Amino acid sequence: MKRELILGNHAIARGAWEAGVNFASGYPGTPSTEILEALARYPEVDSQWSANEKVAFEEGMGAAIGGLRVLVTMKHVGLNVAADPFMVFPYAGTVGGFLLVSADDPGMHSSQNEQDNRYLARMAKVPVLEPSTAQECKDYVKLGLEISEQFNTPVMLRTTTRLAHHKGLVTFGERHEVPRIEQDLDPRQFSVPIYRRILRPTVEQRLKDLESFAETTELNQIENSGSTTGVVTNGIAYQYVKEILPDADVLRLGMTFPLPAKILRDFCNIHEQVYVIEEGEPFIEDFIRSLGIDNIVGKELFGVIGEYSPGRLGSALGLFELPPDLTKEMTLMPRPPMFCIGCGHRTVFSALRQLRVTVAGDIGCYTMGALPPYEASHTTFNMGASIGTAFGLERAGKERVVAVIGDSTFVHAGIPALIDAVYNGSKITLIILDNSTTGMTGGQPHPASGKALSGKDAPTLDLEGLCLAVGVEHVVKVDTWDRKAVNNALREAIAYKGPSVVITQGPCQRLPEMKRRSLTPYFIDESLCTQCDACFKVWCPAITRTENNFPVINPQECTACTVCAQVCPTEAIYPFEPNYVQI
Amino acid sequence: MSEKDKIWSIVFSGVGGQGVILITEITALAAVKNGYDVKQTEVHGVSQRGGSVETQVRFGKRVWSPMVTPGNADAVVGLEVLEGLRSAHYAEAETGVILLNEHKIVPASVENAEQMYPSNSAELLIQKGYQVIQLSATKIAHELGDGRMANVVMIGRLSTLLPIPQEIWSDTLKKRIPLKYLDPNLKAFEAGRAAVTA
Ligand SMILES: Cc1ncc(C[n+]2csc(CCOP(=O)(O)OP(=O)(O)O)c2C)c(N)n1
Repeated sequence: MKRELILGNHAIARGAWEAGVNFASGYPGTPSTEILEALARYPEVDSQWSANEKVAFEEGMGAAIGGLRVLVTMKHVGLNVAADPFMVFPYAGTVGGFLLVSADDPGMHSSQNEQDNRYLARMAKVPVLEPSTAQECKDYVKLGLEISEQFNTPVMLRTTTRLAHHKGLVTFGERHEVPRIEQDLDPRQFSVPIYRRILRPTVEQRLKDLESFAETTELNQIENSGSTTGVVTNGIAYQYVKEILPDADVLRLGMTFPLPAKILRDFCNIHEQVYVIEEGEPFIEDFIRSLGIDNIVGKELFGVIGEYSPGRLGSALGLFELPPDLTKEMTLMPRPPMFCIGCGHRTVFSALRQLRVTVAGDIGCYTMGALPPYEASHTTFNMGASIGTAFGLERAGKERVVAVIGDSTFVHAGIPALIDAVYNGSKITLIILDNSTTGMTGGQPHPASGKALSGKDAPTLDLEGLCLAVGVEHVVKVDTWDRKAVNNALREAIAYKGPSVVITQGPCQRLPEMKRRSLTPYFIDESLCTQCDACFKVWCPAITRTENNFPVINPQECTACTVCAQVCPTEAIYPFEPNYVQI
Repeated sequence: MSEKDKIWSIVFSGVGGQGVILITEITALAAVKNGYDVKQTEVHGVSQRGGSVETQVRFGKRVWSPMVTPGNADAVVGLEVLEGLRSAHYAEAETGVILLNEHKIVPASVENAEQMYPSNSAELLIQKGYQVIQLSATKIAHELGDGRMANVVMIGRLSTLLPIPQEIWSDTLKKRIPLKYLDPNLKAFEAGRAAVTA
């Protein structure tokens, strides 16, 4: 059998393919995005990006009660968006296997919060599987789908950033086709609101059955070597435990909801001391304590905040001392991420900074508009929040309030908020940054981009038409790299008497078609340059200084966005052609 | 631990866009090809937008954690000075090596970054007792036609410190780098291997 070094996320995709998954949906979000991107390469699986996580979940739910094997993927906060169907689906239960991948981000590498989704699963009474290695990322997909079909329940596969984005050796298998399960749609099962009282007890009975299952499943494993010290662990932390405590007895929980009370009781009984090592919240730990067991040490030693690592755990246990991190000793400055060279978002934030308006931002690359040197975005909460927040700020008395949202985020959660702003008589200005992709998560297509996950052309949502249709009267489109046009459009829109929308257009520089296009880089003619430094004020990282203090453009990095040339008062910046003669 | 059970740990750091992930993958794949158990970390998402990027590779007979414990790395490869310093504490105090590309990228979104940028970094690390190998990888790569191949120059130098034969490295480069760019990259790798310590 083939064995390859692959990402945890790619292993999940492979697992879904091997397990005969027929339909897969999701919405991009770190650290889950690569799963569907990899799955899209298998023609047997119908894979797609949906407009948002709620829609993705509901489409998967429909496919599963239609008898297909289904995989739905999202980042942790995505499940907040999909929480409505997630909480209700277990009442009806599924027909075909339904596996939800929920990817948590301890340490907030690319997220707005830390959130342990095992609590949401417990609330929904949905079982949770947690793989510990890349191999298990693959294997647990099949196991999860089997549990789903055996107990007629949706199942959560919970991953975390390190698990999703680490690579390990994985042995591949073949695909096993699973025939569609035929079942009539009985309203008594699937019309949950009307028949809820009939369905409610089935949820409790299922949970009891799953509790018994948890006591016997091979997902939960004990490695006994007769040590007096025991460790209860799960997920990626298992790898760290094996590294730093090779001799300890280990109870590794591959299923963390429902938890096996008897196994935990027995394990804690036969060990003098038990460490509970789980990244995130004290989910397992609190359960053990609720059983009246107190010879355990957990969060008080290892902490709740941020990511675990062998270094952190080992030093907490007093096994070794960590060398000092030079960041503090040498006061090394941070290096926050920033807009790419030639990014179309730059002109918008330059203009907003100049206009000194109140800006409710949103989630996407443009969140970086809050960072120096722009510092022109004042709030960021969750996807789609810009419009509602701007509306509220306006009600609170702020004048000239602007909401900034990306195209993908607008489709995801912005549209109802815009309808509401019109309906409730707001005067806010909405800027839609239309870069034809979901940039922040690495460039996934969406309904307004004209492409599907498969790479094929798809119907393109007309953003301008949509804004007009919901009742915004002032809707303007501009070329995002035209500084004057952007400035003027914003001024006019902000001054407009009703709600207004400015759509700034220009594809993301990271899109393959933008990277591949041939272009003539710009160049600074020192014979015309007066060293006025105007070009530095567009904050393009491709512009640096020569030893003689002239600005210089790195031709390998220049995207020919022309913005620096637009601000040069002496026209010293122009495309570099070997025989270029300026007229 | 006997030499044959040894686990090798390498930390790579640089700025998003410098190709940290590519050389991490090449190193990990070369180790797989040489028969080792391998684990590797990567970063995806927001830090790839010009922020700090740090990745790790561990290989040996049996590897558990993909994450390296500070003070345990056999080598730290810094593609940029500030980022090299940021990851320096991963190096093993006496036997670990810090490979530093003498190349500065001043953070654009930090005020007064130019003034705050650390100077004499290599000397400071040497004072702390670290073994430091400085390389003008960006310059070498530039002379070979494209400064962006500095990452490959750096693994060329790294390869001389690791127990993986030269043929496996070149095979892996051939697999991982598009044909169009292969030749200059093989040259960059060779230049790294041959680079004389400054
Ligand atoms: C509920 C939720 N789902 C997904 C994400 C991950 N995510 C962060 S930003 C973003 C969208 C970015 O696309 P867009 O709004 O078009 O802006 P761009 O980054 O292209 O500028 C996504 C999907 C999230 N933070 N929250």
